Amino acid sequence: MATRHSRSAARIMMAPAVILLLGWMLVPLTMTLWFSFRKFLPLRGGDLGWAGFENYVRFVSSSSFWPSVQATLMIVGGVLVVTVILGVLLALLLDQPMWGQGMVRVLVIAPFFVMPTVSALVWKNMFMDPVNGVLAHLWKFFGATPVEWLSQASLQSIILIVSWQWLPFATLILLTAVQSLDREQLEAAEMDGAPSLKRFWFIILPHLSRAITVVILIQTIFLLSIFAEIFVTTQGSFGTKTLTYLIFQRVLESQNVGLGSAGGIYAIILANIVALFLMRIVGRSLDA
Amino acid sequence: MGRIVLDQVSKSFGDVEVIPPLELLIEDGEFAVFVGPSGCGKSTLLRLIAGLEDVTGGKIEIDGQEMTSVPPAKRGLAMVFQSYALYPHMSVRKNIAFPLRMAGLDKEEQQRRVAHAASVLNLSDYLERRPGQLSGGQRQRVAIGRAIVREPAAFLFDEPLSNLDAALRVGMRLEISELHERLGTTMIYVTHDQVEAMTMADKIVVLNAGNIEQVGSPLELYREPRNLFVAGFIGSPRMNLIEGKEAARHDAHAIGIRPEHIAVSGSEGNWSGVVGVSEHLGSDTFFHVHDTGVAETITVRADGEVGFRHGDRVYLAPRQDAIHRFDAKGLRI
Repeated sequence: MATRHSRSAARIMMAPAVILLLGWMLVPLTMTLWFSFRKFLPLRGGDLGWAGFENYVRFVSSSSFWPSVQATLMIVGGVLVVTVILGVLLALLLDQPMWGQGMVRVLVIAPFFVMPTVSALVWKNMFMDPVNGVLAHLWKFFGATPVEWLSQASLQSIILIVSWQWLPFATLILLTAVQSLDREQLEAAEMDGAPSLKRFWFIILPHLSRAITVVILIQTIFLLSIFAEIFVTTQGSFGTKTLTYLIFQRVLESQNVGLGSAGGIYAIILANIVALFLMRIVGRSLDA
Repeated sequence: MGRIVLDQVSKSFGDVEVIPPLELLIEDGEFAVFVGPSGCGKSTLLRLIAGLEDVTGGKIEIDGQEMTSVPPAKRGLAMVFQSYALYPHMSVRKNIAFPLRMAGLDKEEQQRRVAHAASVLNLSDYLERRPGQLSGGQRQRVAIGRAIVREPAAFLFDEPLSNLDAALRVGMRLEISELHERLGTTMIYVTHDQVEAMTMADKIVVLNAGNIEQVGSPLELYREPRNLFVAGFIGSPRMNLIEGKEAARHDAHAIGIRPEHIAVSGSEGNWSGVVGVSEHLGSDTFFHVHDTGVAETITVRADGEVGFRHGDRVYLAPRQDAIHRFDAKGLRI
């Protein structure tokens, strides 16, 4: 890529990909922006003209807006905490030499390949069902009253389901990070008098910080938009209505495309605020 | 304090015995070097002493105390690793202070000892840097600093200079030797480089396939190698080993003669041959002489600049009193 000629050739060759990606992003974004300023009710007259900021005001002043933001943040935060902590522990466990290591690793990754809809259905019907679920049987075996998971502990249940799906991802990334740690560093720490807990705290955890950052950033992007798990289980009731789900309801259940689009723009803003905070908090460890 | 005794120590990995039972004594204050080709078990032996590997059999005693099953941190030994094994996320100061922090020393004492180590090792200006910002030699010094703050009974060095370039290696060699003079602490040093062994050691332990071939001072090993392996391993360039008729003339299975004990001239000598590659170093010149009829190649050293060229016929005169004789088992006669 040294000469001017080869540089301009490279630009021309990259152009189709760049233009495609830009279009892919910009077209839906512009359309959402456009619809958010229209009064657009598909089943009640179609596009009824310019609406100004009315959609935006209505979306925020709705009583379900702030609870949905809260639910979104709770689910994202909860899943992040669970997957990072369990991910680190699992990664350390899987790093130990053991019999059938390859098989165990495949099994650990397996949940990641299950579609969200399917996993939510499995959890709802086979585990959390208050009459026939495995958990209900377990509770009954110990003489306790089965918990009605999806209504009594709805938010926690969703966090559990989503964590189960994302734990393999966190584990996988953290496992590769654990494996890249120089064994001599651990031996040096051992010689220096650090028992295993301190070795974890002073050597392993700092080494993992970058991988943890990556896990948090990538997961946040995907967790802000989880939908299938809520749609299949609680349908947004019992305080599990996230911002994504609220937008879905506005567009498809209320048939108000304009209002939903305004919500979509809010979701973009929320995602950016979260991203900004995350970059501030954890981004530092990416520099080092 | 730091007298280390290995009594019938052996090590096996599964069915493979890497170190057959061996005996070794390292006196307090001694600079002992384990030397041998790669895979000879010298690092494993060091790790056994450090406690990073468990012995399969035998006893390890440090300062008269049985340490065979004591964890590494409690043996009072400090180790410098080949990769330095510095903690990359900590500053130099924190790296050096780490063992003190683990030992629970108070902050002031930590600071005092770190400052002392830093001044000994010329690291005072780098204390706030991260290991990633240091050169190889500086990292090596930090690793040594982390070892000396603990004031250990003995230092263990595992090929500490092999990642440095040639010039720096010579410099660090001197620094480590000087450090040994100043501290007077026992040091055990593992290397595959016989020059390092010869220049630094009080006592060299030559290892081959887990066996101790010979233990002695550098000059003892140079003058009287106990067997063919030691003869070939110690000395640079290596000793010429000659078998067959020429050896039989000396009533031996094999004879050895060092390149520096052969005189080379254009007119007279016992053997004659044709100069192959010649290496002119200024202070010395090494000739690789072919077609001598006694061995495939004979290496000879000449003082200063000697003007033989590729293809010249030369005559070689070995010093008769410097010929080493070995029997059929490779042992010295």
